[in-house]
Amino acid sequence: MPCRAWQLAPSPEPRHNLAMALLSTADQDKLRESFGEMTSNVRVLFFTQTLGCETCLHTRQILDEFPALSDKIAIEEVNFVLEKERAAQYGIDRVPALALVAENGNGETTDSRIRFLGAPSGYEFISLVQAVLLVGGRSPSLTDENRQKLAAVTKPMTMQVFTTPT
Amino acid sequence: MAFANPNITAYAVEATEFPDLARRYRVTGVPKTVIDETVEILGGLPQDMFVDQALQNVAGGGPT
Repeated sequence: MPCRAWQLAPSPEPRHNLAMALLSTADQDKLRESFGEMTSNVRVLFFTQTLGCETCLHTRQILDEFPALSDKIAIEEVNFVLEKERAAQYGIDRVPALALVAENGNGETTDSRIRFLGAPSGYEFISLVQAVLLVGGRSPSLTDENRQKLAAVTKPMTMQVFTTPT
Repeated sequence: MAFANPNITAYAVEATEFPDLARRYRVTGVPKTVIDETVEILGGLPQDMFVDQALQNVAGGGPT
């Protein structure tokens, strides 16, 4: 079992109390309501490593919030050091990183090609929630007209959106 | 956009955590979007403008 954030914490409190401290009860309720509208399951692949990754533990803490808010969201930890092939498959070359995949009832997954590099805190947390909702079946904010324009992209295109937590 | 077209992969990159990437793509302000290492979009734009700029190097795309 990998090292978990709560095991390192000095607090003797049970894990769920500590993990939940990141979100207020009101925020949890709002998120639970939003996630309640999801129609398909979302698996978040969390690429991480134990050593030499300052923000991996914080990312783990953030991700630990999700399963308690929706039974449609699953977090799967992927060891970046041991599972190089899987990381390459998802175009992940650094950690912490997240890859969002849609999962149908038969356990088959479809890559959403949405990635997060770095801890999803601050505004990134909101972006992550939005991305989970999108992959989970919420209707996209993209207009039909823009969707048609995007059909012109017939070769692989990589978009990197740089942000900061605040 | 990645969700709309299987050819598109989108990365949200935390700039302060990866200064090497921020330097490589000359990120001096956020949000900054870099597409295929060539197209740069600074700041947040309305969706129509963003899509047009993102597609400026794509045949059949771009401003009409």
